Amino acid sequence: MKQKFNIVTSTCVPLPLENVDTDQIIPARFLKATTREEKFFGDNLFRDWRYRPDGSLNTDFVLNDPTYGGQILVAGKNFGSGSSREHAAWAIAGYGFRVVVSSFFADIHKNNELNNFVLPVVVSEAFLQELFDSIYADPKMEVEVNLPEQTITNKATGKSEHFEINAYKKHCLMNGLDDVDFLVENRGKVEAFEQARKY
Amino acid sequence: MNTLFDKIWDAHVVQQVEDGPVQLYIDRLYCHEVTSPQAFQGLRERGLSCFRPDHIFCMPDHNTPTHDQDKPIEDPVSRAQVDTLEKNAKEFGLTYFGMMNPKNGIIHVVGPERGLTLPGMTIVCGDSHTSTHGAVGAVAFGIGTSEVEMVMASQCILQSRPKTMRITIDGKLGKGVTAKDVALYMMSKMTTSGATGYFVEYAGEAIRSLTMEGRLTLCNLSIEMGARGGMIAPDEVTFAYLKGREYAPKGEAWDQALAYWKTLKSDDDAIFDKEVRFDAADIEPMITYGTNPGMGMGITNSIPTTEGMGEVEKGSFEKSMHYMGFQPGESLLGKPVDYVFLGACTNGRIEDFRAFASVVKGRKKAEHITAWLVPGSWMVDAQIREEGLDKVLAEAGFEIRQPGCSACLAMNDDKIPAGKYAVSTSNRNFEGRQGPGSRTLLASPLTAAAAAVTGVITDPRTLL
Repeated sequence: MKQKFNIVTSTCVPLPLENVDTDQIIPARFLKATTREEKFFGDNLFRDWRYRPDGSLNTDFVLNDPTYGGQILVAGKNFGSGSSREHAAWAIAGYGFRVVVSSFFADIHKNNELNNFVLPVVVSEAFLQELFDSIYADPKMEVEVNLPEQTITNKATGKSEHFEINAYKKHCLMNGLDDVDFLVENRGKVEAFEQARKY
Repeated sequence: MNTLFDKIWDAHVVQQVEDGPVQLYIDRLYCHEVTSPQAFQGLRERGLSCFRPDHIFCMPDHNTPTHDQDKPIEDPVSRAQVDTLEKNAKEFGLTYFGMMNPKNGIIHVVGPERGLTLPGMTIVCGDSHTSTHGAVGAVAFGIGTSEVEMVMASQCILQSRPKTMRITIDGKLGKGVTAKDVALYMMSKMTTSGATGYFVEYAGEAIRSLTMEGRLTLCNLSIEMGARGGMIAPDEVTFAYLKGREYAPKGEAWDQALAYWKTLKSDDDAIFDKEVRFDAADIEPMITYGTNPGMGMGITNSIPTTEGMGEVEKGSFEKSMHYMGFQPGESLLGKPVDYVFLGACTNGRIEDFRAFASVVKGRKKAEHITAWLVPGSWMVDAQIREEGLDKVLAEAGFEIRQPGCSACLAMNDDKIPAGKYAVSTSNRNFEGRQGPGSRTLLASPLTAAAAAVTGVITDPRTLL
């Protein structure tokens, strides 16, 4: 939830697939909850890839492979496409990921991650490919994600990239603040807007 | 030199946050039962009320069964979620259209048909298909639950301004080519992320010639190209559709609104961040073969091969082919189908039922096909009966179910079993979307009807 974000240094979980949609991240049948229990959603992250139809563990899937672990998920381009379900971000956070790295994110999901103090880090295709290579060469290899500096570093190669985030959202993440706090403080401006609008 | 999007967006900016997003005023918040409970809970925890309760409309649609809606929902978890929405609406003083209320239906069908969705508005909902409402000339987009809570708390949302794109489709659509085919065609050309970061305006002769229902279908699918939203400038088609609708302005208020709505179009010298053009003549009835909506092709074409694909792309493509049980390079015509689904916020409107009925009229449902025909709302259901389409469908062996999201996303009883093939008029063919292991082929109501009567994938033009 509102966990202040600064620097995360961790090993990574590689998911070299493109267009990972939010139906895969958390299938619709798990959206019937009326509370925000991150553990429930985390337990069902990538449910139909983690488990076979008979309920047994799919040992071919990376989350079930003890070789890989950590707080950083690294995925192919267009991560989080499809449904707007914020449950996908809750599942990612609930599983224990604090950063998702990809070369491209779907818009709604990206906002949902940010609103749940999970940092989506957009890197170049070349950086992403090299990152996959580094993880497969050495699963214990670490990546540093530095929010204050807005840099991500592949510690195996030493290469760094700058990533974008607006100053407002960065401030929110680093200080554990959310948008509702801001908007409620600004209700006066909303009233003024309503009185002034023509249509 | 403003675009339609600029005009509406700018008229709703409360403030630009320094080095941050825009605080945008929202005219309508639609809430369904799936993505709202945690937002209401958030308000409760903060001790807040809804800031502008009269701007918020609630209705259940995802969990509602498509039969026996007069009885309690059998699945206790679904029932609890629907009951929670009703309780929340009451507690926070919001308008609620419950099951069996004649105003109930899929939120993206009900909004426009009740005149709640109007040109020039900003509209949000915790649902990616909120892009539907852009068809009347509104800025409408899907949001997450935290953002739903923001709107409840302040009637505003914090958003970065998207870039603008205009997609122009010149020329006339061919026989048997519908708005759904146009959308699937665009997605196949642009991929599921081709419009990510953009708000799209659709323009051109082929778009202008679409009915309101067709425009709603097209804008509904904007999100499947990754677009923040899609919109069409309002015109006489829009005004004729909205006039007299329950919540649309009346009398003098209508005249005033109309005068404003007529200004809602991109200026001749408007500059878009990106312009894309397609020719209507290149579009044929479409069908998808893979596990995202961008994996579509003309129904007479063959599935692409992996030639020239990069490593990650090839891996994703092969995973998709394996899931669907298809081979790269093969044609889908003549392949057996198990289920046909007509409905969803994409194709659950009266025009879709007319199209389906036009193909099955005088024919019979193929024996092995299970067909689910689900109106998008009670209003659509009433229209079906008024026009006598129910009789045409019944004679051909089809029954009409009760309104809801139905088999689009497997949150109610309507699920496609593992391994079975469904030709669906819905919006997503993701793995497991219609039930674990289900295999979805997205298509238009005409193509769905053709499959329903022949039992195999069929070019609908051969039956028209």
